[in-house]
Amino acid sequence: MGTNDDASRANGFAPDGAGRSPTATTATAGRRGTADGTAGKRDRINHMPGAGTARAEAISAGRREMLSDAGRKEIKSLAERGVKRPRIGADAVCEALLRQGVSVWFGYPGGVVLPLYDVLGDYPELRHILVRHEQGAAHAADGYARATGEVGVCLGTSGPGATNLVTGIGNAMLDSIPMIAITGNVVASLLGKDAFQEIDITGITLPCTKHNYLVRDANDIPRVFAEAFHIARTGRPGPVHIDLTKDALMGACTAEHPETLDLPGFKPNFEGNYRQIKLAAQEIARAERPVILAGHGVLISDATEELRELAEKAQIPVAHTLLGVSAIDETNPLSLGFVGMHGWKHVNRTIQSADLLIALGMRFDDRVTGHVPTFAPYARIVHVDIDPAEIGKNVAVEIPIVGDVKRVLRALLPQVEPVAPERRAAYLAEIAEWRVESEKAPWHGAGSWRNGQLSADYVVTKIGEASGHDATIVADVGQNQMWAARYAGFRRPKSHISSGGLGTMGFGLPAAMGAAIGRPDKETWAIVGDGGLQMTVQEMMTLVQDHIPVKIALLDNHKLGMVRQWQELVYAGNYHSSHLLGPDWVKLAEAYGVAGFRATTPEEVDGAIAAARAVDGPALVHFVIAEQQNVFPMMPAGKGLSDLLEEQFEEPKQ
Amino acid sequence: MSTTGNPGGGPAPAASTASHHAPAHTAPPARALPGHGESHRHVLVAIVLNKPGVLNRVASLMRARNFNIETLAVSHTDQPEVSRMTITLRGDDVAVEQAAKQLYRLIDVLKVQDVTSDPTVEHEIALIKVRADERNRGEVLTIAEMYRARVVDLAAESLIVEATGTEAEVDALIALLRGFGIKELVRSGTVVMSRGAGSIEEAVKR
Repeated sequence: MGTNDDASRANGFAPDGAGRSPTATTATAGRRGTADGTAGKRDRINHMPGAGTARAEAISAGRREMLSDAGRKEIKSLAERGVKRPRIGADAVCEALLRQGVSVWFGYPGGVVLPLYDVLGDYPELRHILVRHEQGAAHAADGYARATGEVGVCLGTSGPGATNLVTGIGNAMLDSIPMIAITGNVVASLLGKDAFQEIDITGITLPCTKHNYLVRDANDIPRVFAEAFHIARTGRPGPVHIDLTKDALMGACTAEHPETLDLPGFKPNFEGNYRQIKLAAQEIARAERPVILAGHGVLISDATEELRELAEKAQIPVAHTLLGVSAIDETNPLSLGFVGMHGWKHVNRTIQSADLLIALGMRFDDRVTGHVPTFAPYARIVHVDIDPAEIGKNVAVEIPIVGDVKRVLRALLPQVEPVAPERRAAYLAEIAEWRVESEKAPWHGAGSWRNGQLSADYVVTKIGEASGHDATIVADVGQNQMWAARYAGFRRPKSHISSGGLGTMGFGLPAAMGAAIGRPDKETWAIVGDGGLQMTVQEMMTLVQDHIPVKIALLDNHKLGMVRQWQELVYAGNYHSSHLLGPDWVKLAEAYGVAGFRATTPEEVDGAIAAARAVDGPALVHFVIAEQQNVFPMMPAGKGLSDLLEEQFEEPKQ
Repeated sequence: MSTTGNPGGGPAPAASTASHHAPAHTAPPARALPGHGESHRHVLVAIVLNKPGVLNRVASLMRARNFNIETLAVSHTDQPEVSRMTITLRGDDVAVEQAAKQLYRLIDVLKVQDVTSDPTVEHEIALIKVRADERNRGEVLTIAEMYRARVVDLAAESLIVEATGTEAEVDALIALLRGFGIKELVRSGTVVMSRGAGSIEEAVKR
């Protein structure tokens, strides 16, 4: 496919090519033709802004280069390994993983994938971590990918092994995580016959993967793996599922690994449209109350430096979404904090009073916007995202830019006029005033919540401090997740990992396992609740067997805390099924061989954290926290960022 | 614990707001939701790789994203490796644009074009088995003739009318025949092609 055809696809529906209104793109593209619809239509198909110029050529060259990313790492052949047996599909799988730079993967064996496990011994450089449940494998691959930026790999057998992976695959899909999920399936001749442990797993994963494959022939394995890795990590990342029949794994494989790929339908647009970038620069120059809203895309595209440069050059405060936590060093004076349903009040106020919102690599999730008609009512919006489908999906925006955040910011930076701090002095001072008010919660920093029990935000704050704000902090889902995002204090990019889109309870421990393996140079803390930990607690055994030094901070309120909070605030205190018994956590940890500690008062917190950190291996600290502590502020469902519920402070009873 | 709604986080005090801000006492402007325009019938043409499961991917996506497909016709093209789909759906311009962008996210989709407002030839074929005997057969034949439809099967008490035309033309014919009693009806769904020399297929030729 030639240069012009490449361009036509980006131009067809990509909104950044066709003017300021995202709603106008289809219509204007459709009407650009002449009356007879012939010459005009060809122009439309082949039109590319600046066609024939060096820039257009550079874009096409970039796309060709992108497709050459087939995996090149030199690996030893079977003969060089001194193995005297024919090469089979399972060998091709291992070779493909090694060529892609995979050094560790997470899996669980079973009947139809045994041919793969049978050859694994011949590939000692491929470290296989045996998890205790396939969901743990998927979340571990996810955590590994988030901590390293590399593709995470997980494996399950057919049937239940495959369906157990699905939650983790869906989690990766919603959060744009590059992941390869491999499953086995029954021999091709038994497909569709309801064979033992057979399920239509590609049918199941179809709507929750970026792409999926069913492979019946060993000779397809090299091509499929090269394509899958490329798709998983290129553009907006996502999970790709490969289902391999048992005969594909066992069959002789003569196919070589491809050097280039042929994916005519996959052409992400990396470079933002020049005119749109120029418009964005003009908006920034005009704005008096601009805010940057940094999302996960900033971290995925490794654009944290460019983000800081833009913020400092134009003196723009930076808010971040839940998955954008750690996109900016929180000690930077321009860092505002966490936005949305449980975001800081001063951040939400800033968004609501802004005249320009620069949204980078985020998708206006309902947890960020609340009721859309009341969201950022005075702001014009510049929206940068690599996925054209995110533009105008949830919120109508004025300046859409389809492209990779890093490349767009690099193109934008020289166009942005430096802004003297004096020009923003009044604006930033006002936010600072709001900030003081928003951070004044009386227990914060004091250790005990108002009934004297241990305060969760204090625990999280102390973990952040003790680890020098350099640890990878992996949250589970619920109150613990919000406390982690709000209070741990993040300085290093990718030091915060959280299940955002799917909100998967049970994510914390296995994801921390993957993160700790991916970044062994960093301390790893899992901040989990007693509900979520009971969903994937079995992975404590994996920590022990594979010497993975995850420190687990269990915030135990004997409740499904976020459910209880909603029941209190939305369902008139009807606490049905949110009270939760747990085991004796210290004993349980010790039964697994994990060092266990307990802290029930503020005085015990520092010591317990220090003890856990001193353990050479995994450790669990059981923090017994206040049962009724809620996460505030809270934006009730259906309300907007200006309608926050706040804690009502009561005078202590005498 | 008592909690009440707090109207915090409202617009900034007038003193520090930019000049175009509304005064503090007026309600802030409402942000427009994407879409919510008038719902129209749209026709999308999608060129897709001819691979197993691609129809399933397209249909699954449209269902999952809550788009309401009216018709979907799939066939080979002159290039063995690509197939062509004609999708008609109802929605406002933004929703249909979103459907097209979502289709582009599928790895097997090469090209999507909204041809609703383009000059096109748009046809579907319908086979209509009508109750007709010697008493009213002539009437049925006259109506069929007026719609340039053909009779392709004739039995003592029924006949099959084969009609081609736009969806509206076929609808009109069916409405007229309903009075005689329709025993069976099948429609192919719309297929569409742009007029003139332009070709969506050539645009994806490799």
